[in-house]
Amino acid sequence: MSELERRLARPPASAPFDIRAAATMLAQRATEAGLVDVAYGSLDSPLGKLIVAVTRRGVVRIAYEGEVEEGVLQELAEGVSPRVLRAPERTDAARRELEGYFAGSVRRFDLPVDWTLVHGFAVGVLKATARVPFGHVATYAEMAASAGSPRAARAAGNALHINPIPIVVPCHRIVPASGGIGGYGGGEERKRFLLDLEGALRV
Amino acid sequence: MRLPPFQSLVDAHAAELHRFLVASVGPTDAEDCLQETLLSALRAYPRLRDGSHLRAWLYTIAQHKATDAARRRARHRAEDLDGVRPAYLCEPQHELVDDGLWARVRALPPKQREAIVHRFVFDLAYKDIGLRTGTTEEAARQNVATGLRRLRMEVDR
Repeated sequence: MSELERRLARPPASAPFDIRAAATMLAQRATEAGLVDVAYGSLDSPLGKLIVAVTRRGVVRIAYEGEVEEGVLQELAEGVSPRVLRAPERTDAARRELEGYFAGSVRRFDLPVDWTLVHGFAVGVLKATARVPFGHVATYAEMAASAGSPRAARAAGNALHINPIPIVVPCHRIVPASGGIGGYGGGEERKRFLLDLEGALRV
Repeated sequence: MRLPPFQSLVDAHAAELHRFLVASVGPTDAEDCLQETLLSALRAYPRLRDGSHLRAWLYTIAQHKATDAARRRARHRAEDLDGVRPAYLCEPQHELVDDGLWARVRALPPKQREAIVHRFVFDLAYKDIGLRTGTTEEAARQNVATGLRRLRMEVDR
């Protein structure tokens, strides 16, 4: 190796690179340029960390801790748009309402919802679910009937199980006609907590 | 076709792109160039047909931004000679000092500059430089050799 090559092997002088600052600046500039199709941020809740993703249309995805973040973001990239950026400010409105919900001051979400990740029969089921008010419960069969197929209670249950927007689309309010609280995509413990928070658990 | 979420490209490659740009255009312009690179990439991203060469694609964009920045710098220097020198074009105070060699690297023709940076900052083999820059192993070896010869002449002068 020549003297010149030895000198080139010493990197050029530079201040240390701050990736957080660079990413924040990028999110800001990309938002101004209208280039962020999916913005996401996170929120600490009594049910653990939540990932909240929004589009220009509304809330498109809420994920509980335990779902792998990369998996959630990949799903958004494929199902909505690959222009996915961490831009927490864009999710402020959604995060504020969720915080209010957990604090007991918000009983109805005013957030617009983006249904892009919901397909087929699930659209009718989840839209019916979104109309079940705070503190009330309904059955899988009732949701199936609202979606136009009274005998498809099991299919309704499946649709609710993979609800991409839990809490805001309150799939926790849907319970079996036979009693008990039934299953929940985020785990039964969380469902119990939410029903309890809303005073909907009759012990 | 599966494109990963753009944020994962930023997380995985921003630091190395920044290093590439520091070597290519200097620490002062590197941050701007990085932002320009990522914004351009984000703009074009959904239209990409192939998600398998994302890293090389990012380097191609960074290379263009570096060349633009070098051209802008050269133009500003020419304006200096005409006596036109608005305050914002003054050399920044915090430009870090190295031994002047990297300033010469930055003044090389783009292809040679890019090959030298990949070779010495990232310690890449010629085959990988070829992959990263969308040329062949042989072209990468050529570009490094030509760049080195030119640098040697300037340094020895």
